[in-house]
Amino acid sequence: MIEKPYHDVPGTILFDAEQSRLGYHLNMFCMALMKAENREAFKADQRVFLDRYPMTEAQKQSVLDRDWNGMLALGGNIYFTSKIAATDGLSFQQIAAIMSGVSQPEYAAMMLAGGRSIEGNRSKKEQTRG
Amino acid sequence: MAKITAGVATSHVPAIGAALDSGKSGDDYWAPLFAGYAFSKEWIAREKPDVIILVYNDHASAFSLELIPTFAIGCAEEFSPADEGWGPRPVPKVIGHPALAWHLAESLILDEFDMTIVNRMDVDHGLTVPLSLMFGQPEAWPCKVIPLAVNVVQYPPPSGKRCFDLGKAIARAVESFPEDLKVMVFGTGGMSHQLQGPRAGLINKDHDNAFLDRIVSDPVAQSKVAHLDYVREAGSEGIELVMWMVMRGALHETVRQVHRFYHVPASNTAVGHLILENPEP
Repeated sequence: MIEKPYHDVPGTILFDAEQSRLGYHLNMFCMALMKAENREAFKADQRVFLDRYPMTEAQKQSVLDRDWNGMLALGGNIYFTSKIAATDGLSFQQIAAIMSGVSQPEYAAMMLAGGRSIEGNRSKKEQTRG
Repeated sequence: MAKITAGVATSHVPAIGAALDSGKSGDDYWAPLFAGYAFSKEWIAREKPDVIILVYNDHASAFSLELIPTFAIGCAEEFSPADEGWGPRPVPKVIGHPALAWHLAESLILDEFDMTIVNRMDVDHGLTVPLSLMFGQPEAWPCKVIPLAVNVVQYPPPSGKRCFDLGKAIARAVESFPEDLKVMVFGTGGMSHQLQGPRAGLINKDHDNAFLDRIVSDPVAQSKVAHLDYVREAGSEGIELVMWMVMRGALHETVRQVHRFYHVPASNTAVGHLILENPEP
């Protein structure tokens, strides 16, 4: 098996083979939101639209809850799940703020001040050492 | 004979395109970024390339998960700006150069790079934002463009070394094309950024500046940097920087740096930009 040393990177889920297999239908649902008529159908009845796709119940619920980190854990890829954000009229920065647990103004201020520091964010081992 | 004269590297942040398209490029937030490209616009207007081989990645626009080519070359007559969910960008159609593109495809495959040939493809911000940064908002793009899409969405992308070697093969292929053409290679994406999860917003200026130094002066060493280092230091989406290695590989070992620019932030991302010229023969 291929080793996955990247599991040591904190706050990060790489979209590898495992995630891609898990999230195929979730991501293909997101891809459908590229079309205006699908965006309308989804907005009209989200549950009915989601039921067109053979996704797991947990995946469907994560979409309904707009649990952005949950979607990634269940195989979503950010370039796909961001299409749900676009459908909701949210910017990339707004969902980035939600995923990192701060308000949008706080997140925007962090970016203006130079972004999230790499210090303390390189590895989970480094974080547990404090 | 066709000849590669220069390489351009730039980030391709979608918000840059949106700022330009909505007339916000003069705002306090955006003006410093666009100022970093003022020289570049003059330079490219003077240099007048015939063809740009533009290395970029598709962001779930033309390719979904149904088909994930590692390296895809656009051989069509033209490419339309993609609708990424907000309607297509109001930018000109991208006009291809099928004769050179097919020559590249044939040469690269015989040179052991197994390219995917694409005859119909919409192009997203990954390709159009670099054109906007370099050419502004013209009625028509002033040169032909050959899209070369690299997968960086599905992990793993090709290695930095593979990208660097592809660049070298592109240089060999261009030199064997009989028509007199001035060709430039663009490498796009990066710099440090992470769009997903609790670590979103990561920026690593030290990494980015070291990368900007090293890709110019010691590209062989840079080509050996592992994926894990990019992900750890530059963020999960910062790994797009491997695409700059294709551009660098297509140039001579020693190049002349005519422009360098670095700016934080553009939305969630650090922006980097280089112009490198091949020495005159």
